[in-house]
Formats: sequence, structure tokens, C-alpha cells
Amino acid sequence: MTLDNTILPLLYMLAAISFILAIKWMGSPATARRGVIIGEIGMLLAVVGTLLRFEVVNYGWIFLAFALGTIIGIPIAVIMPMTAVPQRTAFSHACGALASALIGTAEYYKGLNQGPAPTTPEMTALIIETLLGFLTFTASLMAFGKLQEVLPQRPITYKGQNFVNLGIFAAAAIIGIVLIVSPGQVVLFPIFVILCLLFGILLIIPIGGADMPTVIALLNSYAGLSASAMGFVLNNRLLIVAGALDGSSGFILSIIMCRAMNRSFTNVLFGAFGQLQVAAAGAQEAKPIHSASPEEAAQILDAARTVVVIPGYGMAVAQAQHKLREMFDLLGKRGVNVEFAIHPVAGRMPGHMNVLLAEADVPYDKLREMDDINPEMAMADVALIIGANDVVNPDAENNPNSPIAGMPIIQAYKARTVMVIKRSMNPGFAGIDNPLYYLDNTLMLFGDAKAFLSSIVKELQAVGKAA
Amino acid sequence: MLAAFLGFQLIRGVSPLLHTPLMSLTNAISAIAVVGAILLTGEKDASTLSRILGFSAVLLAVLNVVSGYLITDRMLKMFKKREPAKK
Repeated sequence: MTLDNTILPLLYMLAAISFILAIKWMGSPATARRGVIIGEIGMLLAVVGTLLRFEVVNYGWIFLAFALGTIIGIPIAVIMPMTAVPQRTAFSHACGALASALIGTAEYYKGLNQGPAPTTPEMTALIIETLLGFLTFTASLMAFGKLQEVLPQRPITYKGQNFVNLGIFAAAAIIGIVLIVSPGQVVLFPIFVILCLLFGILLIIPIGGADMPTVIALLNSYAGLSASAMGFVLNNRLLIVAGALDGSSGFILSIIMCRAMNRSFTNVLFGAFGQLQVAAAGAQEAKPIHSASPEEAAQILDAARTVVVIPGYGMAVAQAQHKLREMFDLLGKRGVNVEFAIHPVAGRMPGHMNVLLAEADVPYDKLREMDDINPEMAMADVALIIGANDVVNPDAENNPNSPIAGMPIIQAYKARTVMVIKRSMNPGFAGIDNPLYYLDNTLMLFGDAKAFLSSIVKELQAVGKAA
Repeated sequence: MLAAFLGFQLIRGVSPLLHTPLMSLTNAISAIAVVGAILLTGEKDASTLSRILGFSAVLLAVLNVVSGYLITDRMLKMFKKREPAKK
């Protein structure tokens, strides 16, 4: 078949190149959209090329699935609010992972019933594919549940948890190896699948909301690796390349996230946080705090020259980004320089805050990275913290016993005045008290972030009219 | 392997500003699994089992492709929009 031998590899190669370019162009906001378009072209090439293959004859089902997928996919993408991006990402990881796991399963039974029986390397790849696929599927669903707040966000821990998890993983691994050696053990395959699914669930249960960015990145990586393993099973280079790109991208993102929290992979995954938390909560005592009204807050902001806003997950929950931008505009008009300091793990997925602020039309050159803004914090008149907690906790720098010791933070405490918009004194997701709230120059602004910002905006407008 | 290495180099260059769109893009790319799914579903004498599994896989992967690209684009549109809006 000339088609398969010449045109197809060419199409696949072009597709692979497109994907690489897509990611490369994603590197800067100026070229990012071009990146998406080339990515789409790559996907189109790959799909068309595959449809043209001679062994593909049954188009009916394929097009039906295409149509259904598109019909479901478009509304999801168009309707979904930007605050729900982490959930959607988790959901989409689940879909992708399930897809490759299902293919792995089908390949297994096909090889068994119709031959040729899979060779050992093929079987190894197949096992890896299904393992990662099913594991990522349930793990992502769990992550989705936690992000959507269907499930409790707090880490759920129990005694011997790590032991149970490791045990299940070991069992899955052993069965996997047995299957690799003798693929004919049909009974074992369903057991293997169930163990993988179970492990995925148990893996996420102990993980708290604050670790979600790392976990999502990691799941992204798994989904990619699973696709890559499928490439080895099907002997399809494009799959290997695209999967590996995805896998490494997810992996490096999770490394970045871990570094941003000064924690190791194992630490995140095996949730050492859970145990420490109890001790930290016990030490809490009533300390005096200062609170302020929206009027006072507005006056302070109005009098400031530089304001650094530090947003966190609370801003996303309260959907306060638009109000924040109104405040940003008003203050900007009065000559106050407002910058946004974004911690790498603020929010629930990498880059979460940037997307939300971009949605609210905050220019992206005002979004500053942590390392970039920290040296300037001492010059800031006001640090306005909105729904962030652990990322500004000075304990990370000062208290070696703190569970978050060593985690890089945005040095909000260096600002002349610190204002914290927060619903209550409840600790953040890491469950740690924050000494920042008890500093003499800290003002606590209690209330819903959106409502509070609206009051501030109103005050600023009133002052503006009077002047 | 080469792809993985290349991936590492490429991702290093992406600013944290764009991590979310990046992830949703790679997500869409990983839906390349659709290729495998098509091969499986479309085979002449595929068994019922592999046809059902393959069908679901194509569906899921296409869902990912479509919503993945659309959402990435939607996000990026926001990043672009206010550059001219800035004075």
C-alpha cells in the first residue's frame, strides 16, 4: 500500500512537528494563539491520516463517536465559567485517561482472542498503559469531585493509609508482571483493572485542596505517558511522541509546583500533611487582631502609592476578579500603582490566578511572579491579600517546625500595611495558623471577597466624586 | 525519549502566566489517543467488545480534543484582548 507507506508517515511526522511547535509557541502570550491553531492542524492531520489507513474500513461508528464527542465537547468549552477551569482540566484528564485505558483493554482481549498474541515488550507497554490509564481515570474523577466540592476538600487520612495504598499498588504491580510474563491468565486482567481503579481513588483521598495544582499536573503527566505507552503497543510513533510531550510537560509542571512548595513528590502523594496538621491546630490560641471596615480600607488604599494584590483561591471562590479589576481601575486613575503578585501554587491548578485575572481584563504585564515581586515588597505601601493564606504565611520562613517550613512565600509582611480579606479566622487548606494576621500592621477585613471589594469600590467612587 | 527531552526543554520556556492554557493544550494533544481508538474501532473484523471500547474511546478523546482546543483558545483570547485596551 503506497498510501500507508509514504503519505501516512509524512502526515504523522507533520502532526508531531505541529504539536512541538504548538507547545513552543505557547511559551509567550504573543504567539500562544498561533500555537493553538497549529496544534489543531496537527490533530487534523493525524486524524485524517489515520482514517485513510487501509485497515480502517468501518467508518459508521467512528463518525457517530466523533459527532457525539463534538456535541458534548463544545458546550462544555463554551459555557463553562473560567473559575471552573481546574475542574474541567481534571475531568478532561479523566476522559483522556479512560480512553487510553479502554483501548489498552480492547487491545489485550483482541490479542488474546484473535491473535497475534502480544509479545513481552508489547505486553509491558500495554500493562503500563492500562495501569496509568485506569489509575488516572479514577484519580482525576476524585480530583474533580474535590475541586467541584462534591467531595470534602480536606485531606482524609486514616491509620495505615500509606500501608494500604502501597499494598494495593504492589498487588497491582505484581499482577501486572504476571500478566506480562503469561498474558494468557485471563482471570487476572479484570482484577488488575479493579486494583488500578481502586488505587486511583485511594491516592487522591488524602490529598488536600492546597496540593491540587501538583496533583493535576501529575495526572496530566500520567495521561500523557499512558498515551505514549499506547504508542508502543500499537507501534505508532505519533502516539509515542505526542504522549511523551504531554507526559514531560505535566511532569515538569508538577516539579515546578513542588519546588514552589518546598516539598517532594512523595510528600505530596503520601500526604504527610495530614498528620502534622493536628498538632498545628492544637497550638492555636486566641491572639488579638485588628480589623477594619471597607471605608477605612478604601482610605488606606487611596492614600497609598503602591499596592500589591495577592490573590488566592478565595478570590476564585468568591468570583471577585471583576470587582478587583474595578478597584484596580479606580486606583489606577488616582495614580496608585497596583500590581498583582502571583504565587506559583495560588489557586487550584498551575496558572489558575493568571487566567482569572486575565478574564477580568487585568493587563498581564501587571501580573508579577513571586521571585520578581518579593524584592519590591518592602517598598509597597499596602499588600492586599484576597483569599490567599498559606502562600503569605511568614511561618514558612521563620518557624522551622511549621508544616510548610521552607516553602517560598510572597513576603506580604514586609509591606507597610497588610490587609487581608477573609471570610473568617479559619485556617487555610493546609490547616495552619497564620501569624501574619496578628501583626501590628495587619488589618483583617472580614467578609466575602466580592462583597467587600464592592464596598471598597463604592467608597473609592464616592471619594472620587467628592474630590 | 527524544520527544520527552524536547518536551522538557520546551516547557521550561513557558512562563507561569500561561501554565493553565498550556496544560489544557497538552491535554488536547494527549487526546491523540484518538488515533489508536480509530484504528481499533474501524477494523474490519473487530469484535463487539473492542468495537464498544473503541467507540467509547473515540468519543472520549474527541470530546477532549474539541473542548480542549476551544477552551485553550478562549483563555488565550482573554490574554490577548486587553493588550490594545491598555493605553
